[in-house]
Amino acid sequence: MKRPRRNAELGLIVLAVLLTGALYALASLGRSASLPANVVPFLGVILALLGGAHVAVRILAPDADGMLLPLAAVLNGIGYVFIARLDPDLAGLQALWTALGIGAFVGTLALLRRARDLERYRYTFAVLGVVLLLMPLLPVVGRNINGARLWVRLGPINFQPGELAKIALAIFFAAYLVEKRELLSEVRVTRGRLPDLRVVGPLLLAWGASLVVMTAQRDLGSSLLFFAFFILMVWMATARGAYLGIGLGLFAAGAMFAYSTFEHVQSRIGVWIDPWSRADGNGFQIVQAAYAFGSGGFAGTGVGLGSPGSIPAVATDFIFAAVGEELGLLGTTAVVVAFVLIVASGLRIALRADQPFEQLLAAGLTVIIGLQAFIIIGGVTRLVPLTGLTLPFMSYGGSSLLANYVLLAMLIRVSDDTSRRARRLASPER
Amino acid sequence: MDRQIRRVGAALLVLLCLLFLQLNYLQIVRADKLANDPGNARKATRDFNRDRGVIQTADGVVVAQSVPTPDGKFKRLRRYPEGALFAHVSGYLSFTFGTDAVENTYNDDLAGRSAEVKDVRDVLSDRVRTGNVTLTLTKGLQQVARDALGNRRGSVVALNPTDGAVLAMWSFPSFDPNPLAAHDQRAVQASWKGLQADGSKPLLARTYRERYAPGSTFKVVTAAAALERGPELVSKPYPRLRELDLPRTNANLPNFGGSSCGGALPDLLKVSCNTGFAQMGLDLGAERLAAEARDFGFAARPPLDLNAVAASEFPEASSFRRDEPALAKSAIGQQDVSATPLEMALVAAGVANGGVIMKPHVMGEVRDSEGRVVRSAPSEPWQRAMSPANAASLRDMMVGVVNGGTATRAAVPGVQVAAKTGTAQTVGDNSHAWIVAFAPAEAPRVAVAVIVESQPGLGDTVTGGRVAAPIAQSVLAAALRSR
Repeated sequence: MKRPRRNAELGLIVLAVLLTGALYALASLGRSASLPANVVPFLGVILALLGGAHVAVRILAPDADGMLLPLAAVLNGIGYVFIARLDPDLAGLQALWTALGIGAFVGTLALLRRARDLERYRYTFAVLGVVLLLMPLLPVVGRNINGARLWVRLGPINFQPGELAKIALAIFFAAYLVEKRELLSEVRVTRGRLPDLRVVGPLLLAWGASLVVMTAQRDLGSSLLFFAFFILMVWMATARGAYLGIGLGLFAAGAMFAYSTFEHVQSRIGVWIDPWSRADGNGFQIVQAAYAFGSGGFAGTGVGLGSPGSIPAVATDFIFAAVGEELGLLGTTAVVVAFVLIVASGLRIALRADQPFEQLLAAGLTVIIGLQAFIIIGGVTRLVPLTGLTLPFMSYGGSSLLANYVLLAMLIRVSDDTSRRARRLASPER
Repeated sequence: MDRQIRRVGAALLVLLCLLFLQLNYLQIVRADKLANDPGNARKATRDFNRDRGVIQTADGVVVAQSVPTPDGKFKRLRRYPEGALFAHVSGYLSFTFGTDAVENTYNDDLAGRSAEVKDVRDVLSDRVRTGNVTLTLTKGLQQVARDALGNRRGSVVALNPTDGAVLAMWSFPSFDPNPLAAHDQRAVQASWKGLQADGSKPLLARTYRERYAPGSTFKVVTAAAALERGPELVSKPYPRLRELDLPRTNANLPNFGGSSCGGALPDLLKVSCNTGFAQMGLDLGAERLAAEARDFGFAARPPLDLNAVAASEFPEASSFRRDEPALAKSAIGQQDVSATPLEMALVAAGVANGGVIMKPHVMGEVRDSEGRVVRSAPSEPWQRAMSPANAASLRDMMVGVVNGGTATRAAVPGVQVAAKTGTAQTVGDNSHAWIVAFAPAEAPRVAVAVIVESQPGLGDTVTGGRVAAPIAQSVLAAALRSR
């Protein structure tokens, strides 16, 4: 059986590996004017890792979309080169997390043979999602890092369970909304009567949960991502524009409440409106990022030749600013285009899926990646107020990398299911 | 559901396109501004890690140079071998506090950014083509100015009236720029704080950034106004008075030391007659006096090739409409008139140069690292203050001030000097001692302005003629000797 998609995928992966290797060599040339001694083993390792992921797709999901894995690989590769260039100590850990992420990718494909199997465990995932989301608030394991309580410490490793909670909740919402969507679309809000609590209940619940995330964990980014994701899911399931309106209203109310109540929210907004007068205070990070983008200009300074080290959190939330400085508009545009392609591939998978659950799941997972990329890039470039999130596949961070590879595997699983069913219909003798 | 998914896709695409637009704004539209923002340490890091051109005096003394520092935090260290002597001219290159003076205005030349690309090899070669700035100042004259002023707060500006070249520009106190250019930024900040806290303001380039009441040196401008705009007043005999009764007020305007004086313009200038010039100011009226002050460059920023040059002030004519006493006092350089020492030197230079004030400049030429001239000094007129004939008349009157008036101590043996002194009253019973002068009177090669700040008291011992004239004399003599 010919697998043209797989061969295209392999070709693109080889390109991604070559690009990463070239950047890695350039970064070293930029800093010390010499080629890194380990560039060949480096290329070998990433080729082996991605080759492994590719072989797993070939065996476990042979009919899946061939774009997603190479796109993730190239983002992961660029991200890794920048992390290695910014902080060599983090580079080793990021390499380990990449290996674990790809392991989780293969593991997900191996364990999850049919996407619709997930539908049955919706409430298990609901509980799992809520537990993961609230875990950092637990007394013993929860950790405060940089003023946000998003971390869980288990033995030697720190972990952000919120990253995995997104996926669990996506599964739950997709299943729940597909089940309830008839009911939800038929609701009529009549004057003078409160809408049925069974219907708006989950909406309010999601709103409440995102408020909890925002207030108790002080994590504005996740809160925003979570709420926007949920509203879009409801709207996609029901096709009722009113939900968008209600969602927008609730968002406005939540935002007003947050702005009037929390100093850190006011400070974020203040910094967004005018970072320059606060350049030595809480506007420092965003101003330094603006300097990085400006100094990069069109073509960038070259990898290893800029000084993005002055930006706080440059290896995590602000890695995009480092790309802006050293690869210029060309590099940042390439990254944005990669996300556009990921979103396009993900939504194409959703559109082709013939099961409502799979459709909604694929669309939801894609929305998570697309929105997360927008929120953090928009924040770093001061298009929107800054709320801390990782840039999928690029930022340093184990939980983020792991979760995004799992998410990728699920999209690939949905894609493979659809294609396989289509093929079976086309050739019923098999 | 398909329709909704497509719409979500379109919405996400719009959002990501917004990111692309924002990136274009940051990395193309605003790129230069952000890259060169003073807060952006990248520029400083770059400047501290690469070679930078030399600043040297016209007599070949190195004022600022980059020295390699193999063990330092950065690859280069900016050194100022002359210390405080040229601090207000060369300025400094500081990682934390940016650049000032020549280091600021000729930054592109010194850093080599504006070096021309002449063939392909220039693009490919890694060599930085820095520019070296040669000043019009000489160490010789600068030292004479410093020694003559001594430990008194004040300024000395000497320039060539024919082309605007600044020959010496010294103000006391000054500062050593070396600590500000150091690598250790904590030490740099400590030095900066120390300089800021110093009440004598050593960082302040008094010569071109501080304004003082010019006192009687301003009578040169009032005299010029009469020559140019009120010829009927030039030969008018002003009555001998001890003090002038100012209109619409009980206050009288006295002569210096209670003496009485009067006569025609040359006599008034010779003894610096307050009553005569104040009355002349009233006779001229606000319009004519203000217009002449403007022609001498008051209210405009002198086009000196340094940053943050202060403009001198003469009030708008309309502000005197209901305040004739103020006009009378302004005519003798008090009240609301204020001038930088540079501006007063330019006033003298204007009279010396047939009424034309040349653009002042400290840069003689800029050569690239291969010795090719990249930039040479401008020699352009700035203001036309007087006709050549009136300038000659005023010059003759100023010669009289030296030959038998208040500025006898400015006389240089063998050379005819023209001058005007001033003793400007300041807050309390202090006075600034001033002089403006130029020489040789018949073919001027050097014009000077000297101010010695806040001399205690108002008596004979603190006048411009006593305190400032000998300084001008030393500087004029040295300048003429060396050329």
